[in-house]
Amino acid sequence: MTQSNKPSSRTLIAEVDQVSRRYADVVAVDQVSLNIVQGEVLAILGPNGAGKTTLINLMLGRLKADAGSVLLFGQPPRSLAARRRTGTMLQVGSVPGTIRVREHIELFSSYYPDPMPLDEVIEVCGLQGLGDRAFDALSGGQQQRLLFALSICGQPDLVFLDEPTVGMDVDARRRFWSVIRERVSQGITVVLTTHYLEEADALADRVIMLKQGQIAAEGTPDDIKSVAAGKIIRCRSTLDAAALGALPHVILVRDSGHRQELHSSEVEATLRALLEADQTVSDLTVSGVGLEDVFLNLTSEQSATTEQEIAS
Amino acid sequence: MTQSVASPSIIRIYWLETLTEIRKVTRVMGFLLPTLLFPWMFYIFFGLIFNRGGMSGQLPTYMMATYGTFGIIAPALFSFGVGVAIEKGQGWMDLKQASPMPPMAYVWARVVCCLIFSLIVVLGLFILGALFGEVRLFTSQWLLLALVLVLCSLPFCAIGLAMGLFLKPQAAPAVVNLVYLPMAFLSGLWVPIMLFPDLLQTVALFLPPYHVAQLALKVVDMDVGQFVWMHLGVLFAVTVVFMALALKAYNTVRNT
Repeated sequence: MTQSNKPSSRTLIAEVDQVSRRYADVVAVDQVSLNIVQGEVLAILGPNGAGKTTLINLMLGRLKADAGSVLLFGQPPRSLAARRRTGTMLQVGSVPGTIRVREHIELFSSYYPDPMPLDEVIEVCGLQGLGDRAFDALSGGQQQRLLFALSICGQPDLVFLDEPTVGMDVDARRRFWSVIRERVSQGITVVLTTHYLEEADALADRVIMLKQGQIAAEGTPDDIKSVAAGKIIRCRSTLDAAALGALPHVILVRDSGHRQELHSSEVEATLRALLEADQTVSDLTVSGVGLEDVFLNLTSEQSATTEQEIAS
Repeated sequence: MTQSVASPSIIRIYWLETLTEIRKVTRVMGFLLPTLLFPWMFYIFFGLIFNRGGMSGQLPTYMMATYGTFGIIAPALFSFGVGVAIEKGQGWMDLKQASPMPPMAYVWARVVCCLIFSLIVVLGLFILGALFGEVRLFTSQWLLLALVLVLCSLPFCAIGLAMGLFLKPQAAPAVVNLVYLPMAFLSGLWVPIMLFPDLLQTVALFLPPYHVAQLALKVVDMDVGQFVWMHLGVLFAVTVVFMALALKAYNTVRNT
């Protein structure tokens, strides 16, 4: 998973250059630039409204950018040449319900120059025995797997997955991840949007975190996790800056005169030590490092979904 | 990475797309039955039963042409107007737009499907008229009438497609019905146009079904006597205008 840190040695699959898009008075995507190289899995992470789906749609050419440009395989994304090398899994409410799994796959395969044999698609996507079942008769997880099948049946070089595991239970999600990883090992390039940090962690080489349409952070899943895990402690303390800096896991100390700010990578440990070292600490608050609101959203989304899963 | 040189078979795409469309329609009885049964039912009531007095096949012939017109509009308006709006709402259209599907294959599939259903509606009316309404026509008239009616579903495919792309899926069925039924009545499909007051006869000139009905009636020598080219011209213009609107809508679907 580390080889993706050397993108220069690989073929460029997608180039997004300073792309912006606004809806009425809301800027959905704000001057985003990114390059995607062959064989990498890029996760676009962010809460609802961060611009993930807009960015995907801009990359697919389904939305026109107000400014900036997108190239897939060096071509405009709406060009037939680019589309024939791209597969897409969108957040689709439903597809024609009376059409059977086999028929859906056959139809989408016909759009591509060199599709995968039908039986192989069915096997790869875990749809064995469901070929003759109508879409409406599939479970939620099976429907997601069919939509995934439609995105890869043409053996595209690049696959866009827009929140592929929304609504899946934990087991189904794990199984789905292993199917995607299997495809990735065959050299496919994947762009994935997700609410779930866990999903990005399980699949991606690189994570882009969107916040209000801008890239708020970028790096490996581990980078993102460590940045986001950091916290800022604000308090009134009688200790001086040097003493505060010596507390465990403190990265940075700032003194604004009446209050001190500690940036900690392990907030619980730092707090414990702080409270012990200075019994007079007052006005204590703990907050995130700017990505916090993004993650608050992420966590609440995640727990909301989990509750739904339990309820259903 | 070299497969971009090759091309998929266009014929196979069009074939599978059409097959999918036919499967979709024939597997949902809710669409199929009203589309076929309403024109037949109306024709039996108003063209055949109400006409027991007999005019030696005159009224049944007239109404075969007008209910034929009524019958070919429904598959086009509903398949396109409602069907497309629903698929747009489901997000299915988005997925198709993102795929390498040629957009014309989608339109083609629905058009073929409409033509097939129009033909079935028309043949049903012919059988009813010939067996129970004493409709007697030359073979050339039967054939020409069928051809006129079936091909005249094309302008309504265009109207339906534009409506389907513009309308919200929840609103589509109501709006299509609101367009379909008054338009059918005002075009003289239920009550012969000669019985209309002058003002309404003038209004009918602006409605596409009126021109279809007049073309169909011309085949059996029962039209009001306007020029063929005028009817064809209006229908052609309607097709072009609504195809252009549909194209515009298709391109803006992406921008919402």
